[in-house]
Amino acid sequence: MHIHRYEKIWLTLGAMILFAFFVILGLYGFIAGFTPPSHMEIVDAQTVRTTPPFDKPGLYKVGENEYEAVMLGFSFGFSPNELSVPKGATVHFIVTTPDVVHGMFIPNTNVNMMLIPGHVNRYTHTFDKPGEYLILCHEYCGIGHQAMFATLTVTDDVT
Amino acid sequence: MAEHVVAFSSRNQGSDVYDFSRQDRTLISALLMFGYFMIFLGVIAGLLQVLDRVGWFNVMPVVYYQLLTAHGIVLALVFTTYFIVAYTLAGVAKTTGGSLLPAARSFGWASFGVMTAGVITAIVEVVSNRATVLYTFYAPMGASAAFYIGLALLVVGSWLGGIAVFIQYGRWRRAHPGQRSPLFAFMAVATFILWIVATLGVAVEVVFLLIPWALGWTETVNVMLSRALFWYFGHPLVYFWLLPVYIIWYISLPKLIGSHVFSDSLARLAFILLLIFSLPVGFHHELTEPGIAEGWKYLQVGLTLAVVFPSMMTAFAVVGTMEQAGRKKGGKGLLAWMAKLPWGDARFLGMFVAMLAFIPVGATGIINASFQLNQVVHNTLFVVGHFHLAIATTTVLTFFAASFYLIPALTGRVWTANMNRLGIIQVLLWGGGMIIMALSMYINGLLGEPRRTSFTTYMDHPVRETWTTYHVWMSIGGILAFLGGILFLVIVANLFFFGKKAKEKVEFPVADTVEDVQATPAILERWSVWVPVMIGLVLVAYAVPTWQMIAHSPPGMPPIQTW
Repeated sequence: MHIHRYEKIWLTLGAMILFAFFVILGLYGFIAGFTPPSHMEIVDAQTVRTTPPFDKPGLYKVGENEYEAVMLGFSFGFSPNELSVPKGATVHFIVTTPDVVHGMFIPNTNVNMMLIPGHVNRYTHTFDKPGEYLILCHEYCGIGHQAMFATLTVTDDVT
Repeated sequence: MAEHVVAFSSRNQGSDVYDFSRQDRTLISALLMFGYFMIFLGVIAGLLQVLDRVGWFNVMPVVYYQLLTAHGIVLALVFTTYFIVAYTLAGVAKTTGGSLLPAARSFGWASFGVMTAGVITAIVEVVSNRATVLYTFYAPMGASAAFYIGLALLVVGSWLGGIAVFIQYGRWRRAHPGQRSPLFAFMAVATFILWIVATLGVAVEVVFLLIPWALGWTETVNVMLSRALFWYFGHPLVYFWLLPVYIIWYISLPKLIGSHVFSDSLARLAFILLLIFSLPVGFHHELTEPGIAEGWKYLQVGLTLAVVFPSMMTAFAVVGTMEQAGRKKGGKGLLAWMAKLPWGDARFLGMFVAMLAFIPVGATGIINASFQLNQVVHNTLFVVGHFHLAIATTTVLTFFAASFYLIPALTGRVWTANMNRLGIIQVLLWGGGMIIMALSMYINGLLGEPRRTSFTTYMDHPVRETWTTYHVWMSIGGILAFLGGILFLVIVANLFFFGKKAKEKVEFPVADTVEDVQATPAILERWSVWVPVMIGLVLVAYAVPTWQMIAHSPPGMPPIQTW
């Protein structure tokens, strides 16, 4: 099996680059701790509206400018649908869905999760820039999907 | 009728204008025509979607989602599958004895019948608003049982087409013991092995989880398991489209431009690597989901990167074969040989634009599959831009270009200079339109626009306003591509029914191999080695996380209709 010299160079370089990508992604993931949302906790989606903490969705202060946002994404909206935090706040999103599959995405941030019935998903983000952020559903969930959104306001207040 | 008689009598004199037997021509034409009809339905749906997004012509949300469901099914699942079955049957008929065996032909017709019954059922359900669940039909959205049965028939029907290819190949192997098979037949077999092993996932999902659930025989469904089974199929699906594209680039493109197969052995090696690595990668579609541990996602990210390697081999071979063609015609210099390529031939131009589009596809594919970068783009229009370049440009434009030589070979009509001029306009409209649309989608995705969403302003949210400019460009691209689609159908109608009849044989282009094919290592053709390797890797990547989804599952979900 004859392999052209240029092809050897091309493929060797290509394989090295791909391997480097793989290593970098792994280092970021498992050394620096930047892994995609992969929470393993399960709930009963059909009774989740009466199961703590999702029986009382809302924003809870848990530390110095640090919050837990307990949220439900349902057909077709989010609960709560208006949140407000001071600049620099770290928000731990804890979310699930009582019905079909939804998404939760905040444009211009890395908050991007799937909401799967029966599973709780989590992601943490620090909001350094003030402004009104859009929280939207990015997985088709039915006739009102395009109306499924919430807002998160990051105020100029200093805590 | 008179022409038919002429064609028949001339065949007996040994100067037949056809490359295929009459029965084979009928079968392959039937598959192609049904596929092209799907293009017609699909581009209408696509045009209406893009006009809705920009707000120039709004439809009711439910209609938007019905159109979106139909667009995905008829183009991504139906057109591609019919074309691939037709094209591979044509190629194996040509390269393994000149015609299909009666058994292979019977399986070909059975494939057509079963798939068509399934497709019509599924389309009726979508139009009746009983299955507005998009082409991914994620549970627990529950469509009608008839919709799932229709999809199951499409899959089973495609397997029958694969069996026809296997019969044809098996006969050749038995008649030529110890020899390397024709490259086309080898590649067609690899394509259908990949397809059958991949579609087992979606078949299990539909037959064992969704149909009993839709019929009320089971009350609930395991949502994560259904998603894992879907994506186990959903990414290899992309390679089921891509492998025939590579067959066309490796085997027919060189013939069209006056070159030969770049390397028989490396082409086979590339296909074996694609076969092994394209299956255990489905989790890269599920990176942002709960219920799958990070480590398993990371393993499949790595395997996704591995599948880039055989595509790099293909890129080298394709550019290599073009350079050989250019230099053979007297082209010189580092790049000046490119001027000698047949730019005025729509069949070559179509494939070249397809290849050009494939460069950003590869780069953005790596972004999508990257563990962390995916966080920025998952489920945004960025992904939609990616696959409109991958399937709607690279794959479909190559299939269009291949249609320009396959249909004349079936109908004994000439690819005339006038037809070629229309073909060039067609390639530029479709390719240019798709590239404009896809680039706009990439940008809006980065600006945060979600995919699969009908017209909305999110109560005039400022983020939404940043998307408006590129909505306009998306629509311009979409309209151009729509015109290109309609023009393609005009060309197809001409090639089938109205074009000038040929006096000489219209050949299905298969390039020669200059090297000694028997020097290709025999191991590359030993399926009993590669299929177990392929299945073994699938087990490594999937067995434990799938077991966890079953053992560590939340209570299941009943079907919910939210449309």
